[in-house]
Amino acid sequence: MTVRLRESGTRSGLLIAALVLLVVIAVLSFGVGAHGIAPGEVLRALFGGDTANPDHLVVRDVRLPRAYLAIAAGAALGVAGVLVQALSRNPLAEPGVLGVTSGAGFAITVGVSLGLSGPFGELVLSVAGALLAAALVYSVGRQSPLRLVLTGTALTFVLTGVGLGLRLLDPEVFDVYRFWSIGSLAGREQAPMALPLAAIGVGLLGALPVSRQLNAVALGETVAHTLGANVARVRFATLALITLLAGAATAIAGPILFVGLMVPHLARRLGGGSVPWLVGFGAVLGPILLLLSDMGSRVLLPTGEVPVAIVTAFVGGPVLIWAVRKYGAAPL
Amino acid sequence: MTALVLRRGRLSFRVERRVLVLTAVMVVLIAGLGLLGLCYGANWASPAKVFAALSGSGGGSSVVIRDWRLPRVLAAVIFGLALGVAGAIFQNITRNPLGSPDVIGLDAGAYTGALVAITVLSGSPGQLAVSSVVGGVVTAAAVYLLSLGGGLSGLRLVVIGIAVNAMLTAFNSWIVLRAELEVAIAAVGWNAGSLSGVGWDGLRIPFAVIAVLLVALALRAQALHQYSLGSAMAVTTGVGLEPLRLQLVLIGVGCTATVTAVAGPIAFIALAAPQIGRRLAAAPGVPLLPAALTGAVLLLAADLVAQMLLAPVALPVGVVSTAIGGCYLIWLLTKEVRRA
Repeated sequence: MTVRLRESGTRSGLLIAALVLLVVIAVLSFGVGAHGIAPGEVLRALFGGDTANPDHLVVRDVRLPRAYLAIAAGAALGVAGVLVQALSRNPLAEPGVLGVTSGAGFAITVGVSLGLSGPFGELVLSVAGALLAAALVYSVGRQSPLRLVLTGTALTFVLTGVGLGLRLLDPEVFDVYRFWSIGSLAGREQAPMALPLAAIGVGLLGALPVSRQLNAVALGETVAHTLGANVARVRFATLALITLLAGAATAIAGPILFVGLMVPHLARRLGGGSVPWLVGFGAVLGPILLLLSDMGSRVLLPTGEVPVAIVTAFVGGPVLIWAVRKYGAAPL
Repeated sequence: MTALVLRRGRLSFRVERRVLVLTAVMVVLIAGLGLLGLCYGANWASPAKVFAALSGSGGGSSVVIRDWRLPRVLAAVIFGLALGVAGAIFQNITRNPLGSPDVIGLDAGAYTGALVAITVLSGSPGQLAVSSVVGGVVTAAAVYLLSLGGGLSGLRLVVIGIAVNAMLTAFNSWIVLRAELEVAIAAVGWNAGSLSGVGWDGLRIPFAVIAVLLVALALRAQALHQYSLGSAMAVTTGVGLEPLRLQLVLIGVGCTATVTAVAGPIAFIALAAPQIGRRLAAAPGVPLLPAALTGAVLLLAADLVAQMLLAPVALPVGVVSTAIGGCYLIWLLTKEVRRA
């Protein structure tokens, strides 16, 4: 309880500390990989840099863009998680619950079985699938948070079931899908990511005004009305933002399921209280988790990279269990 | 008054009329689908032939009906009941529609056990059954122990369950990713759940276990009902919270593990059946009986469709049950929207 009642001064201090930590971790991540680079060399590569030095090229052309992707995807998933839990008033909800991830996966399954392929095709398919699924979930479940969650879960299972049937009938589709279905940042550095990155930027900016409104909606529909919030409009805007953020993150890295669930739980212990603060903490904690996991994914196994989504679960899982045991499950 | 009260001595039992009607309709539906399941196969048997075979006077084809089709149909009904009940238990304990056994890691744990059997051992049916049950039960124990201490709240149990689920799922995907394509397809196929090839030999023990668990649950049903009204209400009406929760978790885990041992993890029925059943019964909370019957209807129908859809290729029943159950749940929700 004491954690949740912190003064806002302490809160902003915490948020700034977390931001500093994020920057430190990002700089550290430039040096970590199959080929380790000393911190001094990393700084020289960042400020100035020497095109003839292979270490500098690795930092500037591979690890720097990869860190951007990790930060963007992490922030998108963290904020989407905060928004979806506030919107559905369910601490077990995560962005995938609205069908975004399964819609993307289903679209890729169908696309590949029809013969579409390649990174750009996957990008377009996953965005289209995510949008369609979210539209369907919204049209059925917009009346209440419970319905929204149930519709999203039901649709997720339908798409998973039908998609699995398609994949079991065609081994080639299965093979493409099993590699897509585990989120990874490896090899994405050079892919055309301007569009998803821009989408995430728009989504993060839009989350701030919406989160203030969500604060009122979280108090219940009647209270929200008396406070002057238009519940239907706030719900629609929030859902659109979640789709945008989670869809773009999925387009960048594939499904990374657990981040959107656990970041809000950690944010509630640190930031507590109101939704705007949670959004702020979510936007910093998500990237920290994803950057740490991505560093781990590069060095954990000597045989090669582990997909980042697997590391995320093994970094985040114990942290979440520890937090829940120490502070109890923070209610919404 | 839409409720009937049955009294006998000190025992009294109150049933909503709507639940009674629903139960009757569901039982008829199960019987009809079951009969269809007995008739359908490589060779179509007329209902008359089926009844003759069941009564033991059918001649040659009765072996097919009694020893091949009957166990499969009964397995679908009993396993559907068990999964529906398990889901209702967990959704009651956690007071959250997402708190079903597959969400808190039991299926993922069973899958981990099965993956070990498939990739490290030889993957025989016996090994699959034993290692999947061990995986599921160990996971359940881990989730339970991790959430112990400092007051067990339902929410805490589910959040920890989801964390464990995420780690196991990640581990499983990693194994599938690294495996040979054929091994991976076999493993994923097992994970979808299937009832093909079940026979009497493999079903006697699971049926007995589920029967014992359901009887145990029936004895605690009243307490569960009080619990679902709120912890404070349960304590004031004399329900011991901790023992009750442990007993219920054991029953739910037992049901899920038993089904998984025979048919693999059949996802979604535990999650959907209680929600569908409660809407059909228009009941508050998550009632057990509608959940159980809905589970049976769902699994039975799904197994029939799985056999018929692409015959002679049989799909895993889990693929179909998620699709049918999901579509039906969405349809129910759209109807609710219109009514509201």
